[in-house]
Amino acid sequence: MENYIYLDHAATTPMHPEVIAVMTDAMEHYYGNASSIHQIGRVSKGILEEARAVFAESIHASSNEIVLTSGGTESDNMAIIKTAEKYSSAGKHIITTNIEHPAVREPLNALKKKGFDVTVLPVNKSGHITVSQLKNALRNDTILVSVIYGNNEIGSLMPITEIGEYLQTLNHKVVFHTDAVQAYGTEDIHVKNQHIDLLSVSSHKINGPKGIGFLYVSNELSLPGLILGGEQENKRRAGTENIPGVAGFKRAVEIRSADKGKLRQEYQKLKQYCVDLLDESGLDYEVNGSLEKSLPHILSIHLKNSPADKLLIHLDLAKVAVSIGSACSAGNVDPSPVLIAIHGKGHPAIEETIRLSFGYQVTEEDIKDAIMKIKKAVEFLA
Amino acid sequence: MSGGVDSSVTALILKEQGYDVVGVFMKNWDDTDENGMCTATEDYKDVALVANKIGVPYYSINFEKEYWDKVFSYFLEEYKNGRTPNPDVMCNKEIKFKAFLDYAMSLGADYVATGHYARVKRDEDGTTHLLRGVDSNKDQTYFLNQLSQDQLSKVMFPLGEMDKSEVRRIAQEADLATAKKKDSTGICFIGEKDFKQFLMNYLPAQPGHMVTEDGDVMGKHDGLMYYTIGQRKGLGIGGNGTSNEPWFVIGKNMEKNELIVGQGFTHTHLYATHLTASQFTFTTTEEKPETFSCTAKFRYRQSDVGVTVHFNKEDNTARVEFDEPARAITPGQAIVFYDGDECLGGGIIDKAFKESELLQYV
Repeated sequence: MENYIYLDHAATTPMHPEVIAVMTDAMEHYYGNASSIHQIGRVSKGILEEARAVFAESIHASSNEIVLTSGGTESDNMAIIKTAEKYSSAGKHIITTNIEHPAVREPLNALKKKGFDVTVLPVNKSGHITVSQLKNALRNDTILVSVIYGNNEIGSLMPITEIGEYLQTLNHKVVFHTDAVQAYGTEDIHVKNQHIDLLSVSSHKINGPKGIGFLYVSNELSLPGLILGGEQENKRRAGTENIPGVAGFKRAVEIRSADKGKLRQEYQKLKQYCVDLLDESGLDYEVNGSLEKSLPHILSIHLKNSPADKLLIHLDLAKVAVSIGSACSAGNVDPSPVLIAIHGKGHPAIEETIRLSFGYQVTEEDIKDAIMKIKKAVEFLA
Repeated sequence: MSGGVDSSVTALILKEQGYDVVGVFMKNWDDTDENGMCTATEDYKDVALVANKIGVPYYSINFEKEYWDKVFSYFLEEYKNGRTPNPDVMCNKEIKFKAFLDYAMSLGADYVATGHYARVKRDEDGTTHLLRGVDSNKDQTYFLNQLSQDQLSKVMFPLGEMDKSEVRRIAQEADLATAKKKDSTGICFIGEKDFKQFLMNYLPAQPGHMVTEDGDVMGKHDGLMYYTIGQRKGLGIGGNGTSNEPWFVIGKNMEKNELIVGQGFTHTHLYATHLTASQFTFTTTEEKPETFSCTAKFRYRQSDVGVTVHFNKEDNTARVEFDEPARAITPGQAIVFYDGDECLGGGIIDKAFKESELLQYV
């Protein structure tokens, strides 16, 4: 895809060349089953455990608190379903927000059908909830709170630290899960200081390979596995370990961890540049959510009177990748629950919003080019 | 691109001719079943396979609302009135060559191309003529009769010059995933389902009597909307008449909710000398004389018959006289005019007459 400007890094990211190199090496040399006792297996086991230490360190956890999974969706499913099952004798009440990723929303919907009571906290116009909202919703039978760390569509960062601290003050245990799939790449996460019990991470959002991620499970909990079978991952996730994936994910985490602060600044700068150019362009637009307390790599904009589906096609044909609402399949685009949450049903922004997301190797030049093409498309559609 | 072989080859041909092709899949109907299966999703996978193979971008666009409002509502309304609508004609007029055409134009397209078996010829003065497809067995101009000059000026039908067998051959040679895919049958939103069952979900059935012209009750019908003029199948009457000839639907009495039946394929009641029709659209802007002779089809895949048309410009209606009596004229279907290979346009059949007698076809 030459000369293609990719501004959809929140959907997925290209792999870092160093990640590809270590994976290729792993595929060539480390084919052993990490559960095998022989030498070939032990080499794979070594790669696995070294990686686990890196993952743990990246969020200030212990190695035995990291469960490798197939990615963010599996991590969310395991966190929610297994917590609900395990703690159901203590209560059946769960609290969440109305801007969760479907990987959280759908398991919760499934639990509702099984008799769990789910309170959904509505976010404000900027896409945030407050701790006092949570306080008001808490009950004696609340067993789980699941709040997204940073939203994937509008980027809003939730008060995770405050929520964790508050839940500590209660006299009964409420498990705290956060989906950090989008936030992990730029935010400094400290699961102990933030009192997080469960945290979901995905590799492919940070220039690692697809098909791998992890769930941090605090040692205070002992959560049984969702995928059953062999005894891998301390019996918490069955299935032969994906060694090339693990190796690649580890490298991606190392690269991120070294540069997190720098990357955050870089993306923040790109986002601000984007907003400045939009202001200069004279386009009639509004930022969805807020530029404050938001992920630096995500910018959601409402381009007034420009149907987003048409805009996306125009931009794709002009070699710029952005995204709209939720992913669409065979002509079905369901209106984004996140945009409905901040604007209300029927608001024009729901049909007129595109998301730009930044990442590896995106330059100011790309942004400039993209904004020019957006302006051209908007004017064509007017 | 529908995910069928015709639109697949259409895209391929245009791409090979050097056009800048963008594939678009239209989702007009949601038939997702309880297991989440949906024919549109399956068809879209074929679009993806073909478009990737050819090397053209592809997108899917939802026209469910437009289709429901403009085609399906009309379809139900016509059935409710005892008529037999042609949703494909309406889909072409309102969706494919209107809502979709407008959408394509808003993406910067110069033309929309479809896999219809029809041809367009453009004069130097800019007039576009709609011509029959060369594969007379496949010619689809009947369904395109309601397209205006404005619409026709923006369409391309690359398959009009070839036979279906050639289309299959091209698809196979290019190794397109749809090369051997079965042609879709029936109306797009009903698919392979039982038509009666489908209609029952939307319109209450009012069973009544099947009677002869003389008023003899021959049996029961399940609801007038399930029957079409000239239909033989599904009446369930054997013999019992004045001869051994099979029974046919020869009329409907909406007021009494009676289905009128008669014996013999050539029953005199099935033959009309003329019809009246309305909602005419002509393919060119050329003014039509009050009276003109041409050939016509009053159903798809029928040989042309000779007619004389008395056109009333004021209310856009016409009286169409047949050179020879015509069998089983069906109100709700299109009457389409031709001058040689050219499709002149058409209207929707309202009433059929035998000399001065109105045939009870609705």
